[in-house]
Amino acid sequence: MAKHRGRGMASINYPIGMNLGGDPSQALVHSNPSGKFTVSLSAIDLGQGMKSVTRQICAETLGVPVEDVYVDTADSDTGPHDMGSFASRGTHRVGNAVMAAAKEARGVMMEAAAQELEVNAADLETDGRGNIHVRGAPHRSISVRDVAIAAQFRQGRTISGRGIFLVPLSSVDPETGEMTPATCYAHACLVADVEVDDETGEVTMIEMNSAYELGRALNPRLVEQQLVGGAWMGLSHAIYETTEPYYPDRKDGPRDFNEYLMPGPGDICPHNIAVLERPAPDGPFGGKGPGEMCANPVLPAVANAVFNAVGVRIDELPVTPEKVLRAIKAQGGARPQPKFG
Amino acid sequence: MLEFRKEFFADERDDNLKEIGKGTQRQDMLGHVTAMTKYFDDHKVQNLLHLKVLRSPHHHARIRHIDVSAAQGAPGVKRVIRGADVPVNINTLLSLLNFGKDDEPSLAVDKVRYKGEPVVAVVATTEREAFEALSKIRVDYDPLPAVFDVEEAIKPGAPVVNEVYPNNTFEYHDKYDHQKLRFGDVEKAFAQADHVLEQRYQMSPIEHAPTETNGTVAAPDTNGRYVVYTGAQGLFFALDTCAKILNVPSNRLHFIGGTVGGGFGGKVDSVTEPLAILGAMLTGRPVRYLHNREEEMQFGPPRGAERIFIKDGVMKDGRIIARYVRSYFDSGAYTRLSSYAVVKCVAHIPGPYTIPNVWADVYCVYTNRTPATAMRGFGITAVDFALETQMDKLAHLVGMNPMEFRILNAYRDGDMKAHRREAKNCALIECVQVAAEKAKWPIRDEFKRMHSRSGGGGDRAVIPHTPGVTPSATPPRPQRTSYERPGMPQPTPQSAPQPMPAAASAPQPPSLPAQPAPVQTQHGATRFSSVFGTRRR
Repeated sequence: MAKHRGRGMASINYPIGMNLGGDPSQALVHSNPSGKFTVSLSAIDLGQGMKSVTRQICAETLGVPVEDVYVDTADSDTGPHDMGSFASRGTHRVGNAVMAAAKEARGVMMEAAAQELEVNAADLETDGRGNIHVRGAPHRSISVRDVAIAAQFRQGRTISGRGIFLVPLSSVDPETGEMTPATCYAHACLVADVEVDDETGEVTMIEMNSAYELGRALNPRLVEQQLVGGAWMGLSHAIYETTEPYYPDRKDGPRDFNEYLMPGPGDICPHNIAVLERPAPDGPFGGKGPGEMCANPVLPAVANAVFNAVGVRIDELPVTPEKVLRAIKAQGGARPQPKFG
Repeated sequence: MLEFRKEFFADERDDNLKEIGKGTQRQDMLGHVTAMTKYFDDHKVQNLLHLKVLRSPHHHARIRHIDVSAAQGAPGVKRVIRGADVPVNINTLLSLLNFGKDDEPSLAVDKVRYKGEPVVAVVATTEREAFEALSKIRVDYDPLPAVFDVEEAIKPGAPVVNEVYPNNTFEYHDKYDHQKLRFGDVEKAFAQADHVLEQRYQMSPIEHAPTETNGTVAAPDTNGRYVVYTGAQGLFFALDTCAKILNVPSNRLHFIGGTVGGGFGGKVDSVTEPLAILGAMLTGRPVRYLHNREEEMQFGPPRGAERIFIKDGVMKDGRIIARYVRSYFDSGAYTRLSSYAVVKCVAHIPGPYTIPNVWADVYCVYTNRTPATAMRGFGITAVDFALETQMDKLAHLVGMNPMEFRILNAYRDGDMKAHRREAKNCALIECVQVAAEKAKWPIRDEFKRMHSRSGGGGDRAVIPHTPGVTPSATPPRPQRTSYERPGMPQPTPQSAPQPMPAAASAPQPPSLPAQPAPVQTQHGATRFSSVFGTRRR
């Protein structure tokens, strides 16, 4: 009886946004008289960082510091329509809507600044620190705050913008399945190193190494939280979780977290991640979305690693100790496979 | 932990932006870590009542009689709600997208189709009184044979789970019990392949397990409006679903949410909102309906199970020349969103690889279990498990390094995908190369030198001859809206297709009429659009 090391890998891609499109998002952006901006949405922050990523997109587009932007969501009386936070669509769809709204608001802001500076708006640029100046002549400058005051109290302009993003609907051919499911895809490859106990059938994750391509990483820390957390959700799916342990039999369904198993702090292992960024041509600043796909490669990588460790194929999820042990016994013992690296 | 490999695709990016690419702290971080953030259940309202539902103890049973008289007189009970009290009791979530038929009651009337299906709701002063009243309800059931296995469910003579779909399968394009994918000639390719491998894969249902369970607090407001605090993942999706079920104009409902304690797809089904609002309508007081953990785990919708059969033809040199997939989504007793996931799954097959001959048949099947719903990776996670386990077996079969096997078959810019669109913006090869490097998994130099941006297109861009498929007289255009489809109602002004992101200088659209043109819907909900192959009827 022994513990066997094994490694397996998997590579995947993932479509961004609702399949076939047709899932619009709207955004409104406006300035208060001090040049501080609010983004109004009905998009949902599930913890993934919807508010933060749209805040950065708005600040970048307006050319103001991120501290000068806050995002308000989600109130159906004030936030314009959005399809919802699912299908890895938040960054791509809502981000684009915010970008469009911020562009419109920036246009008004620059016109207002041009009138105050008595120049052409096309000759102005923002410095990202709250000022607008003539290109090549930083001393001919006005603060965003002064522009907002002038717009509100002297010029009678609203520094505001509306945005919508819609990937038009695609139909599906009944005979061939021809369709336009998505406009861009994220990618990943993950290597799982596991240890399999041939006496108990237990699988332990020892280390993960991965590469994820997710368009431009708009906020690296939000990307990291998704990739790290998502991989653990993937491991949990791979070896622990189900509401029906003897599917399709409905018996013995768990009712709470004592009966529904998930990895705990003691199960955490090193995960070395590389992020690649191939910008999506139609993404906000090239962003795609790391949300859903980061869990997916872990499941097959673990199953493949179990095979590499003990020579049994578990083709039914989750890969429980019971299934591993039965398969090892049926095979007449563990049969470790040649290792890669 | 996390490193950025900026050398890849650097010529496609401008890395000198001011705010984008910065690890700015989240706007809501301090609130989250100091417990100041308000979730739906943190909104304190006065005179709050509590709603609980009686659930079916049977997997499948006819309801002969329901006696609620003892519950109505029980201490603290303000209202007992039956199916007949729900204005539009039968709904399907994707009716907002004109996809599928109404097939699911808010409260069961004639039949229960899964164990745990809501039958009666009680609104009481305390949760305890609501539970005690539920125990006084007498339901006379006539148990029926149940079916739990997707392949058993589609056999002739299987118990009919849901009479709306009497064959226990969702209907695609008004004529098929599955969605097809046809690309090239798989049979011919199997005959030419050096190896053919056919395997079966199965994934069991999974719970989303959010920290915050599903729930809603609904309160009467002035002017006949209701304010609704919710953990919904789609605010307007939930609002419009409720407007339809409650048969009220959408502006009678004021939804407030946006900060959710974990969703993962488990909060898109609007399972608590309609009854909570109805409770508030019927009692004139605020009503809270919150799933407890057992309800969340067993009766709240899970990620549905999938059974997947894959048959591949592969050459000795490692090229996959044919892939056949037959897959069954276990939707449970009602459709919810599984019908959508089937189409997404079909689009995903054969995975991120260029395979010249692909065939798929994917089914949405009804069984007597808790209805399934979306979950992180919806339509993809299970098939990726099957495809990538299969890829490992194929590499083993032909004696190849699994990393090199992936790179060899990976899709590249310019290739034709099985759903007949050109692959663009690919990066699978680079991900495999970098992961191999990080894991010190050796691959040969020729595989290190390959790119997603070269080697694709050409012969790989051709749509192959596909036998047995009669080209449509008018093949579908790459993209179109439902409004162009014959027989569809004319678009109303406010629902006309919007332009892509408006440029700052775009001319102002003409102002809309003050009174919107009447929308051709029976209920208060907004029909977002029409998609997919099946019209709602």
